Amino acid sequence: MESVTHNDVIILGGGPAGLTAAIYLSRARVKTLLLTEGTPGGQMTLTHEIANYPGIERINGYALGSVMKKQATSFGAVVKGNVEIGSVDLAGRVKSITTSDGQTYTADSIILAPGGRSRTLGVPGEDTFKGKGISYCATCDGDFFTGKEIVVVGGGNSALEEAVSLTKYATRVTIVHQFDHFQAFEYAVEEARSNPKISFVMSSTISSFYGNDNLEGVKIRNLVTGEETDFKTDGVFIFIGYVPNTETLKELVALNDRGEIITGPDMSTNLAGVYAAGDAVVKRYRQVTTAVADGTVAALASADYLHSLKRN
Amino acid sequence: MLYTNLNHIETASQLEKIVNENENVMVCCGRMGPMCIPVYGIMEELEPTYSHVKFFDMEFDNPEAQVIRNAPMTRGFMGLPYTVYYRNGEMVKATTSIQNMSQVKTILDSEFGQPEA
Repeated sequence: MESVTHNDVIILGGGPAGLTAAIYLSRARVKTLLLTEGTPGGQMTLTHEIANYPGIERINGYALGSVMKKQATSFGAVVKGNVEIGSVDLAGRVKSITTSDGQTYTADSIILAPGGRSRTLGVPGEDTFKGKGISYCATCDGDFFTGKEIVVVGGGNSALEEAVSLTKYATRVTIVHQFDHFQAFEYAVEEARSNPKISFVMSSTISSFYGNDNLEGVKIRNLVTGEETDFKTDGVFIFIGYVPNTETLKELVALNDRGEIITGPDMSTNLAGVYAAGDAVVKRYRQVTTAVADGTVAALASADYLHSLKRN
Repeated sequence: MLYTNLNHIETASQLEKIVNENENVMVCCGRMGPMCIPVYGIMEELEPTYSHVKFFDMEFDNPEAQVIRNAPMTRGFMGLPYTVYYRNGEMVKATTSIQNMSQVKTILDSEFGQPEA
């Protein structure tokens, strides 16, 4: 059944930034709703061990996310995970978010903390062979490719470091990269170049994946000559960076050319009552601690905004 | 070790007992990796609503998980997690790699029926 629920603040995104904002606001008795399209905890849940979060010697990322969620809900915040956001309206005095199940949530202030995700190639066959030869995680799926020949796509630190780690399993790793040079740090490049199991196909990209039940090969296109070649492989690991989850916000709030949300020192955006925090904002360092700091500032600024609305 | 808030299955005999004693069972067999964690999160989210389904996880690297790893329905799978669904003791559906909320709900609804409103 469709309904409208009003809140003081809605937080969009459930990583450490969003959860911290939820903790601060709900503890200040601000009626707070957190909506996230993923698992509460965000990208942090993927970290096996966090050893640089002050005050906690070592903790698993999933566990830290679970505790943050528990803290937020214990103070009264409502946390809804794995929702599908349908539409967002940030322009008016009252902001609104409608989820794909037809529920509409309104609020006087919104904190955008949508985080980021792994970039995909977006070429034919990628969805079909996901989990059947295509992977985005060497730690998860590396051992499926023991004794096989595989491809790694990417040229940053993750791609080169994971390529080296995959040589524990694969007999041969071919790195396909779109440029004629790598963006990775020199140590990572040197380690990959000195590994006899690794070879390189530069200035090239995968244009399609093919196979029957499982992946059997890829088409590699040379970006300089345009020539396309067939490359038989049992597996492809894709590490081509992260993108901010801001597609649905593109026409709504000011973003930079990388799609990151532009914020002021108090995490305010170009819209009154709309704040942003975490990995999706313009910043240099993306850490759990910086996300938590962003979330704190955004929550306090949002609470100030609510007070100013009451005063006026 | 899986650090989820789901109930964990440790042995093959425990799995057998669970699927024989419960009509509808969903088990996510994985690691604490980026493809598996979203599925655990979805299961935690759905657990209160789908009271007619029992939700569990099992560590993929546990030798006892071979009953899932080597099941006929998971043959050819090359991506974690292996998510398997049992009805009346029989494996009726299996998926490989990450699944979203909509995909999981579609399987739960078609295999086990929708939750009561």
